[in-house]
Amino acid sequence: MKVSREEVLHIARLARVGLSEAEITRLSEQLSNLLEHFQVLQQVDTTDVPPTAQSVALESVMRDDVVEASLPPGDILANAPRRDGDCFRVRAVLE
Amino acid sequence: MNYETIIGLEVHAQLLTRSKMYCGCSADYASAPPNTHVCPVCLGMPGVLPVINRQAVEYTMMTALALNCAVSGRTKFDRKNYPYPDLMKGYQISQYDAPIGLKGSLTIEVDGRKKEVGITRVHLEEDVAKLLHRSSPDGHDYSLVDVNRSGVPLMEIVGEPDLRSPEEARQYLIKLRSILRYLGVSTGNMEEGSFRCDANISLLPEGGQEFTAKAEVKNMNSFKAVYLAMEYEAQRQRRAMAEGKKLVQETRGWVEDRGKTVSQRSKEYAHDYRYFPEPDLPPLVIGRDWVEAVRKKLPELPEARRDRFMADYGLPLYDADLLTRDRDMAEYFEEGVKASKEVSAKEVSNWLLGEASRIINAAGIDVVAFRKKVGPPRLVGLIQDSHGTVNIATAKTVLEEMFRTGKDAAAIIGQRGLGQISDTGELEKIVAGVINSNAQPVADYRAGKETALKFLVGQVMKATRGRANPQLVNEVLKQKLIKD
Repeated sequence: MKVSREEVLHIARLARVGLSEAEITRLSEQLSNLLEHFQVLQQVDTTDVPPTAQSVALESVMRDDVVEASLPPGDILANAPRRDGDCFRVRAVLE
Repeated sequence: MNYETIIGLEVHAQLLTRSKMYCGCSADYASAPPNTHVCPVCLGMPGVLPVINRQAVEYTMMTALALNCAVSGRTKFDRKNYPYPDLMKGYQISQYDAPIGLKGSLTIEVDGRKKEVGITRVHLEEDVAKLLHRSSPDGHDYSLVDVNRSGVPLMEIVGEPDLRSPEEARQYLIKLRSILRYLGVSTGNMEEGSFRCDANISLLPEGGQEFTAKAEVKNMNSFKAVYLAMEYEAQRQRRAMAEGKKLVQETRGWVEDRGKTVSQRSKEYAHDYRYFPEPDLPPLVIGRDWVEAVRKKLPELPEARRDRFMADYGLPLYDADLLTRDRDMAEYFEEGVKASKEVSAKEVSNWLLGEASRIINAAGIDVVAFRKKVGPPRLVGLIQDSHGTVNIATAKTVLEEMFRTGKDAAAIIGQRGLGQISDTGELEKIVAGVINSNAQPVADYRAGKETALKFLVGQVMKATRGRANPQLVNEVLKQKLIKD
């Protein structure tokens, strides 16, 4: 299965990643290889296996509605690329 | 060509839990300084483990049951991926194909006609951070991010496209909000954004099967805005069809001060959310015993309470309906009725829907705020006073002062000498004075002009600053006019 140039660009755009021409070609091949591995997995007969997204046999893990301490504001903003007072500052977004 | 308007509403309601949906940060962010209710989970740091808030699930179950939905035995959570600065993780943990509630209904009433509106689903997700838009002095636009709201439990209620007019849409929202408030699961406050509504609207040609392309309308911050936006949009779409234009599927924003919707079509291509099951949250199994326990806890809902008010208190449908739309109003009424045996339920209803509502609306407050100034026993005490101590007109001004000052009726009546004059001797003196200084109307009355009496009664009321008993004034006046 070949991943097309358009598909690579689409995925790059969703991931907000800019790619050079060389990278597009390389990723197209690598992603195609990845999909081929999954085609091998798809040969397994799963007729009687219920689908799941979980690898551990847990169910219904919940917590009580209890307030716990939050982080100090200094720690929250410690990794902020840009900061303005007590807020993160980002490029303008129009809603 | 005639068209039918087709509307379906999606409502997002913040749930009244103490903590957030997947972490223990406080969900009460309204008056919190920016970025103080934040932890690694709601900040979207790598390697954290979200855990489902049991109370949020239970509130969603309550809502699902109140909306006649089936509660799923097996549900799960999914990641909805999209990049936006208010979404800290780059995905929202929502529910995709296994929502908690499925296939319900809500009954609305428009023009005295009942209508059942389908509920597609009720599911649980999380709110996003708040963006504050700013401009720097050099004219640069930028945005600030306050993460406090990120991760607050959000319940989404998707309605079927069963609504056929802006008024039906408005009634649906009023009813839904009322139910959420009765359940105590959400404040339902649209202006503050704890109850939000998006609307899908399209047209169906008469006798046709194919809908026109739908518009998704956003940015409506009140019931009135939803009504006006739907009215505008229904007309815009009809006009476009009449002009032979082709409608396109798009998102449109309601611009309140311009009274119109505008296209928000961006250069962005179609959303590609790439939903997949949330690996950090194991599936959620909701057993029948849990569902039944929650069902038992459901409070009396607006319709049931309305019917009970009619049966128990002999109220007309009109009164019972208005009193029970708001849970706080209904509770105020019932406590009032129970506070006195001498005041009838209908009287309490009249005062609540009349004077009290007028004061509440004029002050732009709600029943809870009114109640802090004038509680049910105090209002009922005043109604009782209006049976004798003061007349109705005075009682109304006393209620205003009770609301303004927080004093009780007796204190105000005593302090301002508002008590009704029921002493005939005192009244006779005042009546004599009025007769002496109004020769013409007195002559008119004696000549057979009945309306002159009304004027004279008015003069006596004025002289007593409204403290006289109007019936007594009538009698005393007539006697004196005939005698003298």
